[in-house]
Amino acid sequence: MNLLSFYSRNSAELLGLTWQHVYLVVVSTGAAIVVGVPLGIALTRRPAWRAPVLGLANVFQTIPSLALLGFLIPFFGIGAWTAITALILYALLPIIRNTYTGIAGVDPAVREAGRGMGMTDGELLRLVELPLAAGVILAGIRVATVVSVGVATIGAAIGAGGLGVYIFRGVATVDDTLIMAGALPAALLALAADAVLGIAQRRLAWQR
Amino acid sequence: MTAAVDVRGLAYALPGDGRTLVQNVSFTVGPGETLVLLGRSGSGKTTTLKLINRLLEPTAGEVLVAGEPAAALEPTRLRRRIGYVIQEVGLFPHFTVAQNIGLVPRLEGWPADRIAARVRELLALVGLDPAAFLTRYPHQLSGGQRQRVGVARALAADPPLLLLDEPFGALDPITRVELQREFRGLEGRLGKGMVFVTHDVREGLLLGTRIGLMHEGRLLFLGTPEEFRGSTQPEAVAFMSAVDPGPAARG
Repeated sequence: MNLLSFYSRNSAELLGLTWQHVYLVVVSTGAAIVVGVPLGIALTRRPAWRAPVLGLANVFQTIPSLALLGFLIPFFGIGAWTAITALILYALLPIIRNTYTGIAGVDPAVREAGRGMGMTDGELLRLVELPLAAGVILAGIRVATVVSVGVATIGAAIGAGGLGVYIFRGVATVDDTLIMAGALPAALLALAADAVLGIAQRRLAWQR
Repeated sequence: MTAAVDVRGLAYALPGDGRTLVQNVSFTVGPGETLVLLGRSGSGKTTTLKLINRLLEPTAGEVLVAGEPAAALEPTRLRRRIGYVIQEVGLFPHFTVAQNIGLVPRLEGWPADRIAARVRELLALVGLDPAAFLTRYPHQLSGGQRQRVGVARALAADPPLLLLDEPFGALDPITRVELQREFRGLEGRLGKGMVFVTHDVREGLLLGTRIGLMHEGRLLFLGTPEEFRGSTQPEAVAFMSAVDPGPAARG
């Protein structure tokens, strides 16, 4: 059984799993942006929070993905939401760190001039710091998204669906075609996400 | 006529160790006057400027800007009434020249056509052709052009007071002299009160209507450039001898 004929016979299922996969990635990365960007901004205003917040995010990032899912199951059971929680925890570090680094990297003279001209902190953030940091922040979102596409394949192990379903099923039945049926679109998804966000990143980064 | 800035008994001590950076500094700068704060590095000149626009909060003393107590105003409101120029210029790299100059008017909610007219007027004032420079970005400008834009930006909302912190310090000597000359012409025309910080005594004597000599956080001397030249105050003498080595050195 080759891959093409497998896809032609299971196109509806393939589409469903791909959709599930994209859903896991988009929801988790979206939530990580909503939490991570404000948190990264807060770190630039509250230096005392920097070490604990980045340290904690780093801990999540370091735990192996399957182990992290294991830790979460007692609290959230099995299913998509447990996988999404794990993906959010993974995505937080690059997003928080890059938001912080991007804003901290703004030329201090630019910040001093802005403050000296009477910009409020909000105006400085909105008009100067965020636009100047946008490229770096988006680079963090890009890393988070690509990692999420990868980690989401493991979500299938706890019933979250996604393209990992084919991979795990293929491993269980020693079926190379089935493994490939999941692995190939998952890889393409990661490459596509990387390329699209790479273009967005270059667009957003102000040209020097 | 109301003074552009009136500084009375200003003092600043560091929050941490309580080290005093500025002590009992008082001066008044009227419209059309330029007070040059002259001093060595660490003498408290820049700190004094930042105490006027409340980038630092004074530990004692009072500042009146155009007759109003600075402490009574919201810091951001206060700063929009004071032009501020720094050595590093600090132009916003993602804004065009026009956007940079028009920033404070924009924050103040001026209508777009009024901002555009003001930006053109200011570019011409600082000697840059509006047609050529409006849409350029800071990285497309030379150091001297950048500082001209910095001065234009500080003047945008027509503040009564301008604070300048070594504005020409980072320029090459030829551009520096050129900008100093033009600035001298501007001073008279603008009729604004200016406080100009420098450690370059030549620049101070050229641009100041008065010289305030700072040393270790205190204002040691306050007078006209002529008075400064003749002063026997040891720090003033030290500064003057840096310009003119004197007969002994000439041998």
